[in-house]
Amino acid sequence: MVEIDQLSKRFGNLLAVDRVSFSVRRGEILGFLGPNGAGKSTTMKMVTGFLRPTAGTARIGGHDILEEPLAAKSRIGYLPESSPSYQEMTVGEFLGFIAECRRLGDRAARGRAVERVLDLCSLREVRHQPIETLSKGYRQRVGFAQAVIHDPPVLILDEPTDGLDPNQKHEVRSIITGMAKDKAVILSTHILEEVDALCTRVIIIARGKVVVDETPAELRDRDPGKRLDTVFRQLTT
Amino acid sequence: MDATLALFKREFFGYFRSPVAYVFLIVFLLAAVGLAFFVGQFFRGNTASLDAFFVFHPWLFLFFIPAVGMRLWAEEKRSGTIEILFTLPLTPLQAVAGKFFAGWLFVALAVVLTFPMALTVGYLGSPDWGMILCSYLGSILMAGAYLSICSLTSSLTKNQVISFVLSTLVCLVLVFLGWGVFSNLLGAVFPVWLVDLLATFSFTTHYESMMRGLLDLRGLVYFLSLMAFSLFLNVLALER
Repeated sequence: MVEIDQLSKRFGNLLAVDRVSFSVRRGEILGFLGPNGAGKSTTMKMVTGFLRPTAGTARIGGHDILEEPLAAKSRIGYLPESSPSYQEMTVGEFLGFIAECRRLGDRAARGRAVERVLDLCSLREVRHQPIETLSKGYRQRVGFAQAVIHDPPVLILDEPTDGLDPNQKHEVRSIITGMAKDKAVILSTHILEEVDALCTRVIIIARGKVVVDETPAELRDRDPGKRLDTVFRQLTT
Repeated sequence: MDATLALFKREFFGYFRSPVAYVFLIVFLLAAVGLAFFVGQFFRGNTASLDAFFVFHPWLFLFFIPAVGMRLWAEEKRSGTIEILFTLPLTPLQAVAGKFFAGWLFVALAVVLTFPMALTVGYLGSPDWGMILCSYLGSILMAGAYLSICSLTSSLTKNQVISFVLSTLVCLVLVFLGWGVFSNLLGAVFPVWLVDLLATFSFTTHYESMMRGLLDLRGLVYFLSLMAFSLFLNVLALER
């Protein structure tokens, strides 16, 4: 569903992402791990078509993000880091706006899409509130709702549980597993327990390079008896 | 097209979601009318024309239009919503057009709301309505040209203050080149043909001819091509 091919990004002298290649199939939840500054967000921004890669490309359902950006983007749902949104709009207005930009049919069809994600992300009780008045947990769910409103086959989530309390984290994780059955999901995180709880596969990148690509069980077996974060530290420092 | 329209609506109605729009409209109207009455001696001129009102627009826009335009892109960049916008299936041109036309409609609304001035001269005398309409058209076109420059400078930074100062400076140069006082200064140093050439790049030159009721093709082409050029650079700046 997602094929990433030799993706590189250079900022001045810094090579932030260095020939990263991997692919994600339908039904997989890929945990994208790495220390801060390793190039996780940069990779995701290139895959979603926000940043132009210095070299390489990504294909979404066979559509090249550089050559057919609109076709590729319409197949992606993306939750950027810290889930930005138009703060002065209400939840309902914002989701309606996204539905309109994504051309989800006529007014009735767009209304149905909004209703669906309001239920999916438990946002119904705040639909008339301006987003700026919401708590962080709700804002994160608005970001989620925005990302899945068009029921995309590919979901890219940049630190979806960052800054949430344990209950909210649990809730967000169950939303992700609930939706993931027929989607290809890439999620970045630096919480290792999350990988165990959610992911079917792990990729660790350090200094822009892929250093690990395996299942969470295999990662654990690298050093039996040790904690996952010890393994992580050994691989990334 | 749908996406452009969605962006246009969001942006235009977005102005009215906060008190900023109302503050802007009121202060603009007070300033526009105040300048005409107190500086332009609107009544003492004793003529049924709106010259004393329209003549201040290039100067007024210098501060008011950047105030509207500075947030167009800088705010999207600062808050990170630009990442949402440019991962939606729409082209940069659609995004630039949607936002620009919303801003233009808003400033055009501000200009049109000065209509009581026109009604006043209509009540007091018999003005040349063609000339007044032509002046309004010139003013709205000029506002669009200012705004296109603001949209461009706004896309270069995520700081609204920098965006404001930059666009005011660029617009100031474009006003000055055609302003009589400044042209005379230039004329003392540079040959006349150069001063005249520079003046053809100025807002003032083309606006003043429309203020006199001359709807010539050159003015229209000038304003429209300036907008197209700025917005083209704007798209390039956003595509990176």
